Amino acid sequence: MSNILSVMTFLPILGVLLLLFIPKESKGTLRGVAMLTTIATFAVSLPILTGFQTNADFQFVENVPWIAAGPFAMRYNIGIDGISLWLVMLTTFIMPIAVLSTWTAVEEKVKEYMICLLLLETGMLGAFISLDLFLFYIFWEVMLIPMYFMIGIWGGKNRIYAALKFFIYTMVGSMLMLVALIYLYFLGTKAGITDFSLLHFFDLKIDPATQTWLFLAFAFAFAIKVPMFPLHTWLPDAHTEAPTAGSVILAAILLKMGTYGYVRFAMPLFPEATHRFTPLIATLAVIGIIYAALVAMVQEDVKKLVAYSSVAHLGFVMLGVFSLNEQGVTGGMLQMLNHGISTGALFLIVGFIYERRHTRLITDFGGLSKQMPIFATIFMIVTLSSIGLPGTNGFVGEFLILIGSFESSLRWYAVIASSGVIFAAVYMLWMFQRVMFGELDNPKNQVLADLNLREIAIMVPLVVLIFVMGVYPNPFIEKMTPSVMKVIAKARIEPVATAKVVVPVVAQPEVAPVQPAAEQPVTAH
Amino acid sequence: MEINVAQLFQTINLATIMPEIILSVVGMALLLVNVFVPSKSKGYLAWLSLAGLVAAGYTAACGWGQNVDGFSGSVVLDNFAIFFKLIFVIAAGLAVLISDQYMEREGCNQGELYPMVLFTTVGMMLMASGTDMMTIFLGLELMSISLYVLAGFNRANVKSNESGLKYFLLGAFSTGFLLYGMALVYGATGYTRIAKIAAVASQMGQPDILLLIGALLILTGFAFKIAIVPFHMWTPDVYEGAPTPVTALMSAGPKAAAFAAFLRMFLVAFPSMKADWSDLLWILAVLTMTVGNITALRQDNIKRMLAYSSIAHAGYALVGFAAANTTGTSGILFYMLSYAFMNIGAFAIVVLVAKQGETNGNVQDFAGLGHKRPALAAIMTLFLFSLAGIPPTAGFIGKFYLFSGAVEAGYIWLAVIGVLNSAASAYYYLRVMVYMYMKPAEEEFGWVSLTAPVSLALLVSFLGTLIPGVVPSYLLQLAQAAVKVIS
Repeated sequence: MSNILSVMTFLPILGVLLLLFIPKESKGTLRGVAMLTTIATFAVSLPILTGFQTNADFQFVENVPWIAAGPFAMRYNIGIDGISLWLVMLTTFIMPIAVLSTWTAVEEKVKEYMICLLLLETGMLGAFISLDLFLFYIFWEVMLIPMYFMIGIWGGKNRIYAALKFFIYTMVGSMLMLVALIYLYFLGTKAGITDFSLLHFFDLKIDPATQTWLFLAFAFAFAIKVPMFPLHTWLPDAHTEAPTAGSVILAAILLKMGTYGYVRFAMPLFPEATHRFTPLIATLAVIGIIYAALVAMVQEDVKKLVAYSSVAHLGFVMLGVFSLNEQGVTGGMLQMLNHGISTGALFLIVGFIYERRHTRLITDFGGLSKQMPIFATIFMIVTLSSIGLPGTNGFVGEFLILIGSFESSLRWYAVIASSGVIFAAVYMLWMFQRVMFGELDNPKNQVLADLNLREIAIMVPLVVLIFVMGVYPNPFIEKMTPSVMKVIAKARIEPVATAKVVVPVVAQPEVAPVQPAAEQPVTAH
Repeated sequence: MEINVAQLFQTINLATIMPEIILSVVGMALLLVNVFVPSKSKGYLAWLSLAGLVAAGYTAACGWGQNVDGFSGSVVLDNFAIFFKLIFVIAAGLAVLISDQYMEREGCNQGELYPMVLFTTVGMMLMASGTDMMTIFLGLELMSISLYVLAGFNRANVKSNESGLKYFLLGAFSTGFLLYGMALVYGATGYTRIAKIAAVASQMGQPDILLLIGALLILTGFAFKIAIVPFHMWTPDVYEGAPTPVTALMSAGPKAAAFAAFLRMFLVAFPSMKADWSDLLWILAVLTMTVGNITALRQDNIKRMLAYSSIAHAGYALVGFAAANTTGTSGILFYMLSYAFMNIGAFAIVVLVAKQGETNGNVQDFAGLGHKRPALAAIMTLFLFSLAGIPPTAGFIGKFYLFSGAVEAGYIWLAVIGVLNSAASAYYYLRVMVYMYMKPAEEEFGWVSLTAPVSLALLVSFLGTLIPGVVPSYLLQLAQAAVKVIS
């Protein structure tokens, strides 16, 4: 099937159309149809994984004209490489779990909820596979809408504030990116580029001053999405208020849009600017790691704690990605998947206890392990994975990131960031201890039921993946390596590479990178 | 001067104003029909006017690409005029469709409404077609006078009276500016014909001070009609007080008409002074967007909110005007068309939700619409997202082209201010959605009934907002073909 990517991306829309014709009273059917749609989407995505050739090229490419008017030509240009492959797989894998998790959690407006979930899936998949900058922007914005409604309609008591904050923050960022996108296009047209295709812009030489501005606009949009300190304030609100499935998707996939944006767009498009801003971004990443860990430590709400741990984890991802060597970027990419799985799982776990007790305050719990042994086991595994214990997936990612950044110019950042690993252990284990161990003295907790079959079914795939990726991460790394190397080659500027060789002799590697004279930079007017 | 009558008649070429003729004849016929057909319901008049509008639109569309002029070159039926005429036909058609239900409810179902709508449309069409300052002025007057009547149409309602009177007084005042400007331009160049003014102005080298002041006054006159800050003060009161279908029409039609004449005058007659007016438009665009959006943030009344937001939207369009390149100006055309669909669509929902006596028009009254009337709320959501400029809607594509025009012309900061405004505007559009979906209904929406004409209007505006958002190529190409004749 040559258009398998399109089928996968728009299959959820088909599900939405089906849902529209199902009366809103038949909740079971609505849930079933949504579930089947997401499972079908996952099934469609499997041949993509198996058919993916391990090389750096974009595969399953579809490229047809879409809009052609005036100075612009937009194309429906999609495809995947090793970078997007796993994020696409993560999306199709998490979605059935997210739908299943809402089975009893969402009783009101089931139809609308399922429609939102499916629209969101199309938006996310579309953003990951777009190779046309304009198309990417469309999907990037479209994603906002269902998430906004999910937080705003089915969220907690402060949901409206959280939903608006989420929407406006992201929109401000993406709007500036839109201007940068337009500007980039006009730069391209001067160099003979005739459409928005990302691949053409990779070859465009842009002078460093212009790169700075363009990079800032892109980086700002992505930094909000990641979210990086100090733009992270929307995240705890959004996570705390969002319904479980919303939190899971937000953490597992939506946040990856930001880091993916750096790897796919900001870094390879603007290498000089990337080089220039690496210290700043690394600083913010490290501050994010430490700050979020400290804040997480004092949270009384489990969900908020997990939300802050997300900020810390994504700080690691950013650090890895910006070390711009094989270990660092691979570790960053892997950590994106790990975070998707373990933090997604953590939000599910929080959802389970919230559904039972309608509270998330740590002080309301204690000694749950006696009452809910299966739950305790799963929770423990996920917690350890989130901390990055060897043998779980979290370890591989964080280890690669720290090695990568230690080997790069970010050595001292890596040193400080390592302390974040310890902090993570502190706040996660402390939380686990207060919730699961101790006296089971609260009478409300003494009657809690352990996980039922549906809930176990939700968690098992995640737990399996935690171990598989922790023990044998090679298949994951293998498929992404060529693409990772390609990104590094594009995002690294040559002078640095040569300077490195000359270091022992000249011993002055700190000079600003010089644009190779042979290439004509396109200047801003 | 000796006038050769036979020659004069040859240059008249009635075909150029055939759409206007059709609408005028239908309008006058409807006046008579209204008197002689004793029917309490006036719904049939809506359908008849719609037929007239469709006929006029069809006639106009048939002239695409032919570029004929008439009346010794004082009107022209070129692509630019035709594109705008179609916008007017759509705006008037949608307004007519939502009128009957509204007027019935408000108890002012006089049949004269429909002829007045048609006459104001004739005025708009003349403004788009006018290639002579006199034609443009006559068109503007015809449009405005009919609108004054329409704004005060609900005679029993004090607010409607206030609206009509306010609009009339301020409108007459601004028309004075326009006319004075035209007189100065005539004095400076010796012509009222736009092409001739352009020829004289381009030979002046250093722009004549008289011509500059004239152009400035003309700009003021149009700025009033478009509601550009600081000439926007009338908008909220007039929009709030006028009958909602009339407000819907006012927000889309006359605005587009004024833009048509404005664009033609400045791009054809005064391109030699572009350096002067381009910077001025830059400032006006920033002011208009920002003031419009900031004041809209605090509005509870939906009509007022949409009034302020319409000011902001005029600001977005001005961004394309300041850019003054094909991307920007064609963006204006595309945006005006999209705006007609999305804004009148939103007003149609406002008509449905409101209760007798123009009550129930606050944001809070939309609470629970999403659950009681999911289809209506979903359509409204699309309009609101389009107004906020979020894909995949026509509003987004329009803004994309407007801001792209600015970037192309080197006005990066204008584009940045524009998109930031766009992000700020999302807040008050989202606020409506917050009430529709996230707050419980205060009472049942039992009174919301959909009649056939309103359903048709909603369907048309829904498709008109969605389809160009997904596959905009064709319309964009039409818009670009249309602005070719003035650039």
